[in-house]
Amino acid sequence: MSAPLFLVGNGAGFSGDRIDAPIPVVRTLVRRGLPAALFFEVLGERTVALAQLERRRDPDAGFEPMLERLIEPILKPCAENLIKIIGNFGGANPAAAARCIARIAVRQGLPDLKIGVVEGDDVRSALDLAALQPFEADATIDVEGRALVAANAYLDAQPIVDALRQGADVVVTGRTGDPSLALAPLIHHFGWSAEDWQRLAAGATAGHLLECGSQICGGVFFDPGYKDIPDPADIGFPIAEVDEEGGLVLTKAEDTGGLVDLRTVKEQLLYEVHDPACYVTPDVTIDMTGISLEQEGPDRVRINGVRGLKRPEQIKVTACFEGGWLGEGEVSVAGPNCVARARAIADVLKERIRRRGLEVRSRVDIIGLASVHDSDDGALWRAHDGPEPRDLRIRLAAAGDSRDDADQAAREVLALLCCGPAGTGGARWRTTQRISTRSYLVPRASIRPSATCHTSGELAQ
Amino acid sequence: MSRENELVEVPLHEVAHARTGDKGNRINISLIPYKGEAYGLLGEQVTTERVHALFRHRGATAVRRYDLPLLEAYNFVVDDVLEGGVNTSLNLDGHGKTHSFRLLAMTVTVPRRLLADGSPWRGTDA
Repeated sequence: MSAPLFLVGNGAGFSGDRIDAPIPVVRTLVRRGLPAALFFEVLGERTVALAQLERRRDPDAGFEPMLERLIEPILKPCAENLIKIIGNFGGANPAAAARCIARIAVRQGLPDLKIGVVEGDDVRSALDLAALQPFEADATIDVEGRALVAANAYLDAQPIVDALRQGADVVVTGRTGDPSLALAPLIHHFGWSAEDWQRLAAGATAGHLLECGSQICGGVFFDPGYKDIPDPADIGFPIAEVDEEGGLVLTKAEDTGGLVDLRTVKEQLLYEVHDPACYVTPDVTIDMTGISLEQEGPDRVRINGVRGLKRPEQIKVTACFEGGWLGEGEVSVAGPNCVARARAIADVLKERIRRRGLEVRSRVDIIGLASVHDSDDGALWRAHDGPEPRDLRIRLAAAGDSRDDADQAAREVLALLCCGPAGTGGARWRTTQRISTRSYLVPRASIRPSATCHTSGELAQ
Repeated sequence: MSRENELVEVPLHEVAHARTGDKGNRINISLIPYKGEAYGLLGEQVTTERVHALFRHRGATAVRRYDLPLLEAYNFVVDDVLEGGVNTSLNLDGHGKTHSFRLLAMTVTVPRRLLADGSPWRGTDA
């Protein structure tokens, strides 16, 4: 292929991803010597609400907690090789995240690095949520009387493009459509129009395939004996090669483990997709039904036949509310008759919660018989009639509006160390705050994002 | 009949791979045969009714299947299966990531040649 290429690499697919993953991606981008960008996707649905709670405690917090560790090793090579860095690592506080990056830049002798900040996704004060129509089935989610923590619009790629046009080397955002993070540098580089649905769909498909990091390179994939991958302890993160016509090849960082093949691409293409003919992003709607794949070489898959349709008229806003408290506790039993003792623990925990009048909704799992596939009433483990396992772990989960009731329920698990059946051990318990979310569709014009750009020297002061 | 064409009843895991994604109280599960030739047979046997039966104990209300013949893949969408979704579920796996392997435990009947290369069923009598 002779058309000029732009490379987009991914450095993280969620908050909590491997912090050394971006390094081989950047090394590969530098070695290839083509125009390129690196993006980080670290904002899950609730992450921004948890970040907002952090910011309440500390006005300088509320962004990706691993930001410094992620950026420190790659900032200089990216700056020296004109590789743009884009990330939604701004969380609930993009300005503070930009200052954090600016301080790293100044420390590394880069006082003139240009850092763009995209804001306007936080719509708590701009929108009257009560007047809006909830998204799909979310109308059934009861948020009556619950305190609003965060409300963020999924911004499209355009504000990031604006920041890049102002010369930004690094762009920090809060909530943005995940594929938009990868699409933006392509729009900027190739000068694609905001209504060129065909090219935008190719770029957004690149973003969709890249945004979960290793998941297209063997992460959430390997299954020993069936789907083996090289060195699962060092899965390389993905890189997309895109040309100006929207030609698209997926590959990965060199000298790393993992693999990119038809199987990994198929799994990730359909990941979190419902109707494949209508995958909605803020920039463009993607029709995947005409897609075919071609293995061009080792760790290289070409994606053909992406079709683009008009972007949605409305933008999704996700609101997060305080969602009460979750108490959890676990203990173990093992050896002869352990199934009967595990069942006895389940009965005792339910009875203690009832007798104490704790206002919680609860569930017991018997890990080893059935847990993650089970229902709240334990239909699968109650029906278990197989051989006796060597050991079992019993887990209680109890949720309610009262922190104390959730915590007291979890502590009933701890009490089993003395009051439980013979040979009960290994108690752990904790109580955490929950977040409820509800999404809405709002007119595009009601969202007013902004992009600003300053040097690291200015921001670090 | 040659061994290669002999029909065997096996867990779907011997024939296909799968991945779960979530959105709210709904999941999607992709189902992808290792051998493209198995695509049609899986379409006949892995029906929405059978998939619904796997998740009825969790309160699933509907299952839709999208067929992708060019990719030789299916996409199943299961409604109301996450006990309220990751924010309200009491489940350890609130996202439902493990459900792809509940689907892969379903049994299907296929000729031996359509089994995954790594399948232990390839060399033994079912």
